[in-house]
Amino acid sequence: MSGFADYPKLDATSLADAIVSKRTSASAVVEAALARIAALDPRLSAFHTVLGDAARARARSLDEALAKGEPTGRLHGVPFALKSNMCVEGVETNCGSKILAGYRPPYTAPFVQRLLDEGAVLVGMTHMDEFAMGSSGENSAYAAARNPWDLARTPGGSSSGSCAAVAARFVPFSLGSDTGGSVRQPAALAGIVGFKPTYGRITRYGLVAFGSSLDQVSPFTRSSRDMELVMSVISGADEHDSTCLDLAPLEPERSDSVRGLRLGVPKEYFASGLDADVRREVEAAIGKLVELGATTVPIELPHTEYAIPTYYVVATAEASSNLARYDGIRYGPRKPGDGSLQGMIAATREAGFGPEVKRRILLGTYVLSSGYYDAWYVRALKVRRLIRNDFDRAFESVDLVVCPTSPTAAFKIGEKADDPVAMYLSDVMTVPTSLAGLPAVSVPCGFVSLEGKRLPVGLQIIGPSLADARVLRAARVFESATKHQAAIYSLEGAGA
Amino acid sequence: MTQSDLDIVKKTAKLARLELGEAEAAKFGEQFGRILHAFEKLAKLDVANVEPMTGATALSDVVRDDRSKPSLARERVLANAPKQDGEYYDVPKTVGGES
Repeated sequence: MSGFADYPKLDATSLADAIVSKRTSASAVVEAALARIAALDPRLSAFHTVLGDAARARARSLDEALAKGEPTGRLHGVPFALKSNMCVEGVETNCGSKILAGYRPPYTAPFVQRLLDEGAVLVGMTHMDEFAMGSSGENSAYAAARNPWDLARTPGGSSSGSCAAVAARFVPFSLGSDTGGSVRQPAALAGIVGFKPTYGRITRYGLVAFGSSLDQVSPFTRSSRDMELVMSVISGADEHDSTCLDLAPLEPERSDSVRGLRLGVPKEYFASGLDADVRREVEAAIGKLVELGATTVPIELPHTEYAIPTYYVVATAEASSNLARYDGIRYGPRKPGDGSLQGMIAATREAGFGPEVKRRILLGTYVLSSGYYDAWYVRALKVRRLIRNDFDRAFESVDLVVCPTSPTAAFKIGEKADDPVAMYLSDVMTVPTSLAGLPAVSVPCGFVSLEGKRLPVGLQIIGPSLADARVLRAARVFESATKHQAAIYSLEGAGA
Repeated sequence: MTQSDLDIVKKTAKLARLELGEAEAAKFGEQFGRILHAFEKLAKLDVANVEPMTGATALSDVVRDDRSKPSLARERVLANAPKQDGEYYDVPKTVGGES
């Protein structure tokens, strides 16, 4: 491959350092990224748009700035990718949907601008489940990204392409969005780090809305220290989003120990439905944290079993409202229907939305409709409170909660495609945290063997509200005491 | 699937401005019934004295200073519309006369 030969081996922190210390250049790094994408992405389908010329031009200007001695940002020359529900001026953001085909936002999201201001180089936009609705990437109207550990399997969803792009080492970091687990679950299934911050840490301005009280921009990285770095760049107050908390950017903790941390182990997450091999790896990981000086406390989160129905009522209700804006007037292809305004809107939506999006709009419309509103929607909001109360009670006696991220390793593409209930259940370990608005990371913690393939397992570490830095510190300490994140998939003939 | 599942789906589709075909409506009706059945456990929980959780932060009534600022350029915003006349979005006629 052309460009900087060590590219796939390094995380964002090391790459920026190598560029700024002139061991390589932004141009050589970007060439390496583009070459790797060109060689391997035809098999992985991570990207729907690769911005080759723009990335090269930007790398050249970053190299010139460095040569002139101008100040450099913390991500100087580091390539990254964005999920296709994020706005960058003039770059197609189709949200995995035909209804937004060709949409080119007139502005750049502030969380993207902050990355660009630190010298990061956008190399492309990635495939995703349509409107972030899905757990496998298969609901994309364009392409389902593949898991580099086994091309027959999903890299998880809905941030499938952004996950695959980091897992395949096309880019050292990317952004996804996590509404019910859409970054943590893929991170676990593809052996990388995925972090959903406390709700409100990162502005949602420029993120296409799905479930507004749940959606959070959430990064994928190769290493936990990169996660701390990326979070410290993109988090913090923003006047464009009234739900964004008025806080300074996240400051990583200096400590490199977990000594004395009390880890709650919720029995509900280790019940039936958890794959035995996944359980073994997660328990070993918790044992490792104990070896490193943490203690464990058995806890109960008794409303966990209600999280899936609660989530699918709340999220679909919010989605049905948010997606009302796709009416063939302001963006996307229009279908004339019978020529009337209502006929045009219905025909446009019928042609533009895929089956899962329609299913969720129907569910959400139903639970909000007259006669069902109190029985479903208001009731779900009350159960959501009970789920949050479970966590609040647990965090009176523990500092963090540790559990699996996903009940199974990566499943096969097609395996659950025709069974929405089974697909919804793959989110069972991530949605409670989303409903509660809490920070949670998935960090690689081991492997299982399935049909001769080695598949990654993720450990989920959940913190109390605003304890994002503590969550990431624990992930970093765990990672530096283990070697799971250094393991590389064996894409045949692809090398690493 | 029961007839009532199918009726619910058709009525809801109308509310949601979705124009489902018969086969699509039947498939959704069947899935709808299964999904709602799986969600019925919510009804079994006692939530009598629980305050609904409407958002994930404690923020409320966030306001900004009421001053004018530059907004997005009209031509750039209109550029995404399937039909526009340079100043306005163009939509099918909705009131009066023949459309």
